[in-house]
Amino acid sequence: MSEAIRNPAGPVELEARELSVLYGETRALKYVSLKIPDRQVVSFIGPSGCGKSTLLRCFNRMNDLIPGVKIEGEALFQGRNLYGTGVDAVDVRRRIGMVFQKPNPFPKSIYDNVVFGPKINGYKGDFSELVERSLRQAALWEEVKDRLEANALSLSGGQQQRLCIARALAVEPEVLLMDEPASALDPIATQKIEDLIYDLKQDYTVVIVTHSMQQAARVSDHTAFLYMGEVVEYGPTNELFTNPREERTEAYITGRFG
Amino acid sequence: MTAPRASLPTPAHDSRSWGEIGLEKRHSNERRIGILLIAASAVSILTTVGIVAVLVFESIGFFAEVSVWEFLTGTRWTPLFESKSFGVLPLLMGSLLVASGAALVALPIGLASAIYLSEYAQDGVRRVLKPVLEVLAGIPTVVYGYFALLYVTPLLRTVWPNADIFNAASACIVMGIMIVPLVSSLSEDAMSAVPRSLREGAYALGATRFEVATRTVVPAALSGIIASFLLAISRAIGETMIVTIAAGATPQMTLNPLRSVQTMTAYIAQTSMGELPHGTVEYRTIFAVGLTLFCVTLLVNMVSGVVLRRYREVYE
Repeated sequence: MSEAIRNPAGPVELEARELSVLYGETRALKYVSLKIPDRQVVSFIGPSGCGKSTLLRCFNRMNDLIPGVKIEGEALFQGRNLYGTGVDAVDVRRRIGMVFQKPNPFPKSIYDNVVFGPKINGYKGDFSELVERSLRQAALWEEVKDRLEANALSLSGGQQQRLCIARALAVEPEVLLMDEPASALDPIATQKIEDLIYDLKQDYTVVIVTHSMQQAARVSDHTAFLYMGEVVEYGPTNELFTNPREERTEAYITGRFG
Repeated sequence: MTAPRASLPTPAHDSRSWGEIGLEKRHSNERRIGILLIAASAVSILTTVGIVAVLVFESIGFFAEVSVWEFLTGTRWTPLFESKSFGVLPLLMGSLLVASGAALVALPIGLASAIYLSEYAQDGVRRVLKPVLEVLAGIPTVVYGYFALLYVTPLLRTVWPNADIFNAASACIVMGIMIVPLVSSLSEDAMSAVPRSLREGAYALGATRFEVATRTVVPAALSGIIASFLLAISRAIGETMIVTIAAGATPQMTLNPLRSVQTMTAYIAQTSMGELPHGTVEYRTIFAVGLTLFCVTLLVNMVSGVVLRRYREVYE
């Protein structure tokens, strides 16, 4: 079993230690331990309800918002327990950004969407410079530079999602969590998001939840396969897909269930 | 488990043809039901039309004797005195003074309660608190009126001893409290309708609960919130009992809430209980003022309709 969890070498950005999440009496995540390396892309795959989103949301304490949720164990960011005493969820989320499954831009202008985070965080620099930089990072600048005052909801789904990425990057986080960021998008928009993820790992640690194994194989350096709230296998992406050590992993990636 | 499909009873074939079920009878039933339902809705429509017609008809009689110009621009309202003046402005001003005072009380409190209910309160608390708050709306207005006169006014007079016994401020405060549930309940509905994904988006950018409420949820729910404000204001303009009891019967042009004023509604209530001879110009003032009141509330309602449409936020 232990050889199924192969933590990468090198500096660790995020780490789960015996991490469990309980919704009432149900343990949705069961004693998960794994390490996520600095400035690489890690993907979580697994069938619906396996706990991959739940695990992801532990790393920016989004689970805190669900009434009746209980977290056991530790989730560490740069060696510090995110659930330790004196750690404020708001500070955590300013350093660990998130992009959601469905594009959720605010019903405001494109510009206001990007500056939302910096404004509440008391950013003092040049806002228009920040907006341009964030939109360029999200590969959206060229498409929207002439209509920054347009409502964000006038954008296409793929553009909206890149705007959400720009919005998250504008806060200058160190980690970007992505919860099935392309599942609501068409193949071309998906391609753009995937290219973007590839570029982002120069500067950011990216953790992505996906139900598409092809996507995990394309974008990530390491992949964790979760099933029934446990990490069944974790290792370098190409190894996990070509030479799975666990029978359940093999069954899932060959399409026998899930 | 494999169900033995073959053993399931097959439905016996219906030997009747379609026409024999009683098409004729069903159609005539449908027609009768339709007529019944139209009649039911016609009652309220015809009543409204009737009321407006009476208002307009009697007002025409009034304006035959008093010029529209005098009515709309005159600053003295003394139709029952020897020297008669028919300027509606003092009454209009009284109504607007009391309504804006009530709005000043109700809007912040109502919005704050809505934010609490929608963003802060836990499910259990909200389930108890919202109906309790709505009970406020069920208290008879006459009770509010005496509450204003017998409790709020003495309290005000300990702070401002020279305030009139009957004063606008007391009515404002109590009417404000009365319409808080209207604002909070409707605003809360609008805020709860804001999708969870928007809140999550704001939280994920490091927003605090308060920032999520004020910068994401309130702007997204703005059309509903403004509509609730306007509805509450139109309710305040039309409210009669509280102002009749507590605000006084002195039609005067003042913006000082510690003075006694008279609103349009209070004038109508007071005068229609008197013994004015039918068909006189004094009697017809009731209808002219009623028509004015109708126009003002209609205007507010129309504005709220426009606001709702114009600022309707599409979330996704």
